[in-house]
Amino acid sequence: MSTNTAYYIPHKATWPVIGTVGLVTMLAGFANYLNGSSIGPTLMVVGLVVFIVMLVGWFTLQAHESEAGMYSTQVGVSYRMGMMWFIFSEIIFFAVFFGTLWYTRNLSVPWLGEGATKELLHSTFEATWPTNGPGKLGGDFKPMGAWGLPFLNTLLLLSSGVTCTWAHHGLLAKNRDQLIKGLIATVSLGFLFVTFQAFEYHEAYTEMGLTLGSGVYGSTFFMLTGFHGFHVCVGAIILSVVLFRSWKGHFQPENHFAFEAAAWYWHFVDVVWLGLFVFVYLI
Amino acid sequence: MSAVVVEHDHHADDHHDHGPAKGLLRWIITTNHKDIGTLYLLFALAMFFVGGSMAMVIRAELFEPGLQFVDPAFFNSMTTMHALVMVFGAVMPAFVGLANWQIPLMIGAADMALPRMNNMSFWMLVAGVLLLASTLFMEGGAPNGGWTLYPPLVLQPITVGKALPFAVFSVHLLGISSIMGAINIIATIFNMRAPAMKLMDMPLFVWTWLITAFLLIAVMPVFAGAVTMLLTDKFFHTSFFNAAGGGDPVLYEHIFWFFGHPEVYIMILPTFGVASTIIPVFARKPLFGYASMVWATASIAFLSFIVWAHHMFTVGMPIAGELYFMYATMLIAVPTGVKVFNWTATMWKGAMTFETPMLFSIAFVVLFTMGGFTGLMMAIAPADFQYHDTYFIVAHFHYTLVPASVFILMAAGYFWLPKWTGHMYNEKIGQLHFWLSTISVNILFFPQHFLGLAGMPRRIPDYAVQFADWNMISSIGGFIFGASQLLFLYIVIDTIKGGTGEKVSDEVWEEASKHSLEWTLPSPVPYHTWTTPPAIVPTEHVLDSH
Repeated sequence: MSTNTAYYIPHKATWPVIGTVGLVTMLAGFANYLNGSSIGPTLMVVGLVVFIVMLVGWFTLQAHESEAGMYSTQVGVSYRMGMMWFIFSEIIFFAVFFGTLWYTRNLSVPWLGEGATKELLHSTFEATWPTNGPGKLGGDFKPMGAWGLPFLNTLLLLSSGVTCTWAHHGLLAKNRDQLIKGLIATVSLGFLFVTFQAFEYHEAYTEMGLTLGSGVYGSTFFMLTGFHGFHVCVGAIILSVVLFRSWKGHFQPENHFAFEAAAWYWHFVDVVWLGLFVFVYLI
Repeated sequence: MSAVVVEHDHHADDHHDHGPAKGLLRWIITTNHKDIGTLYLLFALAMFFVGGSMAMVIRAELFEPGLQFVDPAFFNSMTTMHALVMVFGAVMPAFVGLANWQIPLMIGAADMALPRMNNMSFWMLVAGVLLLASTLFMEGGAPNGGWTLYPPLVLQPITVGKALPFAVFSVHLLGISSIMGAINIIATIFNMRAPAMKLMDMPLFVWTWLITAFLLIAVMPVFAGAVTMLLTDKFFHTSFFNAAGGGDPVLYEHIFWFFGHPEVYIMILPTFGVASTIIPVFARKPLFGYASMVWATASIAFLSFIVWAHHMFTVGMPIAGELYFMYATMLIAVPTGVKVFNWTATMWKGAMTFETPMLFSIAFVVLFTMGGFTGLMMAIAPADFQYHDTYFIVAHFHYTLVPASVFILMAAGYFWLPKWTGHMYNEKIGQLHFWLSTISVNILFFPQHFLGLAGMPRRIPDYAVQFADWNMISSIGGFIFGASQLLFLYIVIDTIKGGTGEKVSDEVWEEASKHSLEWTLPSPVPYHTWTTPPAIVPTEHVLDSH
């Protein structure tokens, strides 16, 4: 393992407060923008830049410390626990939207189409799925099928999980070539996935009449796939950083927390997609 | 286990004393668990007074029937903001502050496991609260649809003005802060504990915080998801909570309370932990039923996930749902009863003394039990149809929060301040603070039971004249309670500045070191502690289970 067996406790930290300022500026800007204030976009951009500077600075610092052998095995355990419970919180976040989809399809939409609600309020409404509700919000639309781009995207993400594991094996076997090739493949598959999803969204908006405003079907569809797509982007960016570090010669078979964390995150994104494919597209 | 080094990061200059940075910057860039604990506690104390001032506005307006001081929308802003500030700005951060100070001391760890993230948790909290507070100064004012932010009410321009996105992003920041704090606590307890300390040796405060941390990670993202959907419903044409598009406003209530019920236990479980730490010291006995305390805490945490809809009995659920949530809720009385009996049994035949921390703890046991019993009343679904949204529920949850969580936070202050500062607080003023608080808190909240049973609804600035007498009495209690807390502020400042001048021993309280590790350290506690983990840990508190 690393040269140091002591638990490393940094003395001071400047990045956390910089990151917080960046994030709160960005959010205050976004809130101002939503309220129609002209200062909003400027604040958002400034906040985002500060936040990105923080990410680059903080992660560079951590990478240097890691390569300098400042992290003992025990520090590594703390980091792994941190990442594990962070991913757990993300799973819960997605569970909220999956739960929303379940509740809507199985409870609230059927309730709208039966009994006094149907008789007195909207007798013409048929409670079927997909639906944009009794008010037909957003107008006519076609639901997104499973076997076109979504199925292709499923194959892409599953393969990227394989290439990611292949890269890990390369790292463990001290085969740097395999590590880098595996990561390049993973990152490329990730960005290809996002590109295809962009095509899918474009088609939904321009040809199928399916938008975020298409009642509760449009809401759940875009919320679930949108947040997932955002997570794929984040995961791919993390993996790109890991790729860059691998190319610079970072990581050893016994010291590569960043790689592991990125791989865990990537598999998490992968598994969420399988849930989406089944519950959003397939059934 | 290896020793611990405290090193400078790459930005640090070259002084090697390993002490705090000089000047104000120390408090901004600190990674020391004691500094961060202090920041959390002071911030929480400040927010306690901000939220308290809002409560004073509420009680002043309700002093007499009719509209006196504020307009109704502002009154509703006050009830909404009072709740949000007290929950997210005062009680939760105060317990995180205690966790930061005490967990590493109690488990023999040099610091929190992830010190930089610890710093970020605190500043995210400040950022979130500032974002929320900024809405007070906006066109349309702060949110006034209640702290639960129910749609469609909260999506209507009149109840939210320009505040909604700020409130939503504030919840996101507070959520990030809480999750980072919780992750840190879990990693610290599992990974930084002295090797000599087994899980079932840990002080109850550490156990209750461990379980609370899991609750936090499991429910803060739920709240974040719920408010995100509010935001998109308001600004991005989604229909999650809009029946016209096939959505359902009741869904928001389900999601909110799936967060909300564990959330109230997030505020009460660490309370239990502190009480279980203080009572044995002043009863001079081991805690009765240590293992059952741990299991009761875990049971309460588990049950908190499967009872949420008792907050919405009147919303129109299928009868099977009403019955299920009624019985599941009543089940919580079992582990909670275990705890109350254990505290009582701990005191039974103990050589008790009644210093301020013990007084607050005993008041907690009695008054929390009362709040628990009214909870049991409302768990009965048919009865709840009468109590729902009246002052009875207000009385109930204030009994479980003020003379419970807040009292125990006061107790913790009196209990540990001498350890942290090395100075003794003024016992006479402490006792005065206790008696004023305990008497006035009952004058404040007990009449609200009568008001609620008589049918006075919550969240209104005006009321029918038959409610006048009890409201006036409640308000008088409220003003005395509010004023009494200034004594606590005085004591905190006075103790930090030197207190009675009496030199406190390392143990502070008689034989406290038999109960927990922090009393084996010098008073005041040095800036860095347990750089080498302790070889032996106290086991007095677990004698019963060994």
